[in-house]
Amino acid sequence: MTTTVDKRQAAPTVPTAPTRNSRVGRPHAVWALPAVLFFTFFAVVPMGLAFYLSFTEWDGLGDPRPVGFANWQKLIDDPRLTQSLSLTVVLTVASWAFQTVVALLLGVWAAGRQRNRAVLSAIFFVPFLLSSTAIAILFYALLDPNFGIIQKDTLGSQSGAFLAIVFVGGWQFIPFHTLIYQGGARQIPEVLYQAAAIDGAGRYRQFFSITLPQLRHTITTSTVLMVVGSLTYFETVLILTKGGPGTDTAILPYLMYEAGFKTYDFGYASAIASFLVLAATGLSLVLVRLTGFGTMRSTREGM
Amino acid sequence: MESNRGRTFSRRWVLGAGAASLLTTGLTACGGSGGGAGGDGKTITAFVYGDDAVKVQQAGVARFNKSAAAKKAGGTVKLTEVPGSDYSPKLRTAMGSPSAPDVFFNWGGGSIKAYEEADKLVDLTDVIEGDPVLKNGFLPSVLAAGDLKGRHYGIPMRGMQPVILFYNKSVFAEHNLQPPTTWDQLLDNNAKLKKAKITPFALGGSDIWPDLMWLEYLVDRLGGPEVFKRIQDGDAEGWGDPAVLKAAELVKELIDDGAFGSKFTSVSYVNGGAPAVFARGKAAMHLMGSWEYSTQLGKFPDFAKSNLGWAAFPTVEGGTGDVRNVVGNPTNYWSINARTKNKDLAIGFLKDCASEAYAQDLIDNGDVPTTSNAADLLSSSPNPEYAKFQYDMVQQAPAFTLSWDQALGDALGTKMHTEIGKLFAGQSSPSEFVTACKGLK
Repeated sequence: MTTTVDKRQAAPTVPTAPTRNSRVGRPHAVWALPAVLFFTFFAVVPMGLAFYLSFTEWDGLGDPRPVGFANWQKLIDDPRLTQSLSLTVVLTVASWAFQTVVALLLGVWAAGRQRNRAVLSAIFFVPFLLSSTAIAILFYALLDPNFGIIQKDTLGSQSGAFLAIVFVGGWQFIPFHTLIYQGGARQIPEVLYQAAAIDGAGRYRQFFSITLPQLRHTITTSTVLMVVGSLTYFETVLILTKGGPGTDTAILPYLMYEAGFKTYDFGYASAIASFLVLAATGLSLVLVRLTGFGTMRSTREGM
Repeated sequence: MESNRGRTFSRRWVLGAGAASLLTTGLTACGGSGGGAGGDGKTITAFVYGDDAVKVQQAGVARFNKSAAAKKAGGTVKLTEVPGSDYSPKLRTAMGSPSAPDVFFNWGGGSIKAYEEADKLVDLTDVIEGDPVLKNGFLPSVLAAGDLKGRHYGIPMRGMQPVILFYNKSVFAEHNLQPPTTWDQLLDNNAKLKKAKITPFALGGSDIWPDLMWLEYLVDRLGGPEVFKRIQDGDAEGWGDPAVLKAAELVKELIDDGAFGSKFTSVSYVNGGAPAVFARGKAAMHLMGSWEYSTQLGKFPDFAKSNLGWAAFPTVEGGTGDVRNVVGNPTNYWSINARTKNKDLAIGFLKDCASEAYAQDLIDNGDVPTTSNAADLLSSSPNPEYAKFQYDMVQQAPAFTLSWDQALGDALGTKMHTEIGKLFAGQSSPSEFVTACKGLK
């Protein structure tokens, strides 16, 4: 395969008709094939299967038995779903607020070209390289009520357990969003700041009138990622709290896990999973709509 | 031009198709390397619950693989240790897949009901009847305790596991206390311990099942074994028995009184938190299965050998349950997957559990085997006194109630766990707990 490609590249460029040049830079649809296949096998097919399972009753051993809308009816009637849904919404909002504020400030700060900022940004990035499970186990040990660093009943109270989950999630994902904001901030043309400086704008005025509006699209991207990420947040909850105390931190993905891998009601678990897919897709579409991201209006308009 | 375009397309198409087929073959290769019940029968796999007691099974597998029985059946056994808290889901997932284990650890009864209904189990009744080694090898009551509809599906493979009230002898001596024999004495002890800033009971509340032990014993002492029997037999109204409400109220009083300390909902047994609190004298007592001894022997050997005391659960004033009644797990079992490629090898392996060498390994680990030869071996236990106590406790018990979650099976058991978790975390009152349990199905 490689040799074929090499030959093609080594071959002298034959001057051909101008029609051929017009196609340069417009890759053939086949180029997308690997990505499409990957997406099909690892996302579309499993999603389709889960959707199919949501209309069946299956304990993981025999064959799935069709039950129509029974699982979806159960989903609507389940009082635990209401609790889970509100917990998930609160978790999403809290994580978004925490991560956006910190990541935006850090990212803008890290966009500076000073060497110390480069070194510190590299260090900040480390948590994102660790696996969520490792991070959760680490914090579980740190928060152990009898032998941890913080010997409080952190994970035994609703607010404590909830804040711990928000914090651990933030600790893990802020580096990633910092990177996005750093890239976004570096894209802002220097000339805007120079003009503002001539007009007498101070550092804060520059931040609120230039940096923030220019980061509009970056904020949308990062927000969509955070929201979808929070909706599917799972390992940390499983390891830190197991949904507890009681059912105080049993967010939707945990409820799905419990239905699937504890009560072995894979049909109901699939209904929850399908609901999550619909909710996440709907929410990101709404976000993109509301922020005008979809129209791709340039941030450089009028320049 | 048209032909040129066609050629470009086809070459790229070939490249893409090549990459795709590589990807697909790669995937198939990964999927096929499972082994297990789909293997050639030379090696069979056994899934076991991976805790401190697993060394007995490791020794058993090593011994069996070198034995004549293994050579005759033409294969060896490979042991897969699954970490404790993941055991049930991992087993379930594996059993539904082509790489299912041939032999697997379980709790009998409700825990294997789903597998029996899916025809995944070898019915061992006739095998046991036809084989004197197996037939006479185990205590009949224990063999029967894991039955489904009167048929045997498992061979006992670990020690008996009654739930026992453990206490820290040095803490008790220091504060001049005796193990409680009545509920009032227990409350009296608690008051003295709290005054000395010691938590009366260690409790791994984040795992929920340690919470369950309190309800199991209290309901038994208050209303006798019949109360849960009714629930186990499928009558959800059985939760409405006054003994259940009273037990939940007593638990609530203990919690509000600080008997488990203030942080128990975030303490775990599985990760060693609760045993450590108990062994280090931060808590004076621990209501736990008999495996607590081998856990402590593994983690805090000095404590296990010199300071670990044990007693039966106290009576509760006004209750009708016999103080000799026991709750817990009679033992664990090996069951055989119906799709195994080498059933003779699997049965040969199970027979080793009746051997004296296997029983001796259990004894050395501090367990009390459920084999018929156990009584004679007890004196060689690292702690003969403890082994004798356990053996007598189970022998003399008028009723041995199987752990509620194991008896009810995964689906109901998990939902019950959720309600118990809410009761212990203070999210539901005793009467709300009873109402919620009545609604479980």
